[in-house]
Amino acid sequence: MSSEHAIVIGASHAGAQLVTSLRQAGWTGKISMVGEEAIPPYHRPPLSKGYLNGDKHSDEILIRPAAFYEKSDIDLLLGNRVTGIDRENKTITLHDGATIAYTKLALTTGAHVRKLSALPGHELGGVCYLRDLRDVDNIRCYIGKGKSAVIIGGGYIGLETAASMRKMGMEVTVLEAMPRVLARVTAPEISAFYSRVHGEEGVRIITDAAVEGIEGSNSVEAVKLADGTLIPADVVVIGVGVAPATELAEAAGLEIDNGIVVDEFARTSDPDIVAAGDCTNHFNPIYGRNLRLESVQNATDQAKVAANTLCGKLEAYNALPWFWSDQFDLKLQIAGLSQGFDRVVVRGDTETGRSFAAFYFEGDKLLAVDAINRPKEFMMTRRALSTGQNADPDKLADESVEIQQAFS
Amino acid sequence: MPLIKFVTHTGEEHEVHVSAGTSVMQAAMDNGVPGILADCGGACSCATCHCYVDDSWAEKTGKPDDVEEQMLDFVMEVKPTSRLSCQIVVEDELDGLVVHLPESQI
Repeated sequence: MSSEHAIVIGASHAGAQLVTSLRQAGWTGKISMVGEEAIPPYHRPPLSKGYLNGDKHSDEILIRPAAFYEKSDIDLLLGNRVTGIDRENKTITLHDGATIAYTKLALTTGAHVRKLSALPGHELGGVCYLRDLRDVDNIRCYIGKGKSAVIIGGGYIGLETAASMRKMGMEVTVLEAMPRVLARVTAPEISAFYSRVHGEEGVRIITDAAVEGIEGSNSVEAVKLADGTLIPADVVVIGVGVAPATELAEAAGLEIDNGIVVDEFARTSDPDIVAAGDCTNHFNPIYGRNLRLESVQNATDQAKVAANTLCGKLEAYNALPWFWSDQFDLKLQIAGLSQGFDRVVVRGDTETGRSFAAFYFEGDKLLAVDAINRPKEFMMTRRALSTGQNADPDKLADESVEIQQAFS
Repeated sequence: MPLIKFVTHTGEEHEVHVSAGTSVMQAAMDNGVPGILADCGGACSCATCHCYVDDSWAEKTGKPDDVEEQMLDFVMEVKPTSRLSCQIVVEDELDGLVVHLPESQI
């Protein structure tokens, strides 16, 4: 074994992939991964679904079991918070004051939830956020059949949480500040579709909602809107987005611009420090612009690039972003990024039923697809966009044409 | 605990023991078997855990459901025995199962 030491800060999706890929790429030195939580990296998507409703135990959502890291000679320094990075002496400091020397460093610090700390009543019991396992353990203290939940924020996290709680037999209200749910990420047709399905399933969605405060004595009892409406609640889940966790990088003097700035090889402004996942701002060659993505795909794919870089194998990151979201019986799969679209082509029907694909175009160029219970359309589009293929909008809209035939 | 044998596209063999109830995908992840990416963690959403069930086992592992089948239509090098390994749950009857791994997942 060489005397080199790679330290990965953040036991996240990206961290788990990075340490695994480091070994696979031939890193022979020591590898340590520092994480604040007491358990090894776990899958976050089930937090708003199978883990929330109790179907899955925390052991069942681990990306890999602790034994795997041990066998791969990867040290997990769990329950530790890094308080500083000294780039000059190449050390990190832990919360207990211990310092550890590194030869290479990787930042997979993820993102923090945006908190509504100015909202009256935000400190009441039962007012929760949903980002990590501890958050969901907290939420689980307040939920159950017949109880009432108010979800603040009609994004993916909010809607997934609403669906899970509704399926548990709870009364669920979603409050969205914008005129429609998923406004930041989808076309109006898709927002209308999700509103319809949630309504059919018994979730109440209030758009243009102005939340004035959360009321209760010790625990939350109701959420008050600006128009005076009081919505009874045993639990409030706030899902209003995340911000990249850049504090450590910033304090260490690394370049920050809406995330930790990295190049196509996941290198930060310090050549011995890479970063991957939600915390980074990186250039995407497929879309020709800088992106900060909040997704599992980006975490794992960029982590592989970062690991290769640390092993001296420079392979540029040029993956197509893709996402998924499961709510009720809806399997949404998204390939590509729709931002900048000026036209939506629908294959299927958004107004009845629960299966269609919405293709986003900018001019003649296909940007992305939102495929709902349409795995074929998702798979075809993901492959096509990855390889620079375009599609014919008229053929996409025509269900009598096989999906493959719509791509050129 | 049932035994599963993974054979990579280069012929490398990995034999692992897993508890009944575990998916074939998770068995590969837990034991560091290369060639399975499993980006979505078993939600049948990404098709990066594609495998070929050995002909002698294809009947016992059963057929893919509709969603899995549609995903499989578009994986690299699909074959009649293609499956997404996250959708195969290891049971005692599958002790000795042999699965082959493709050269590439995406």
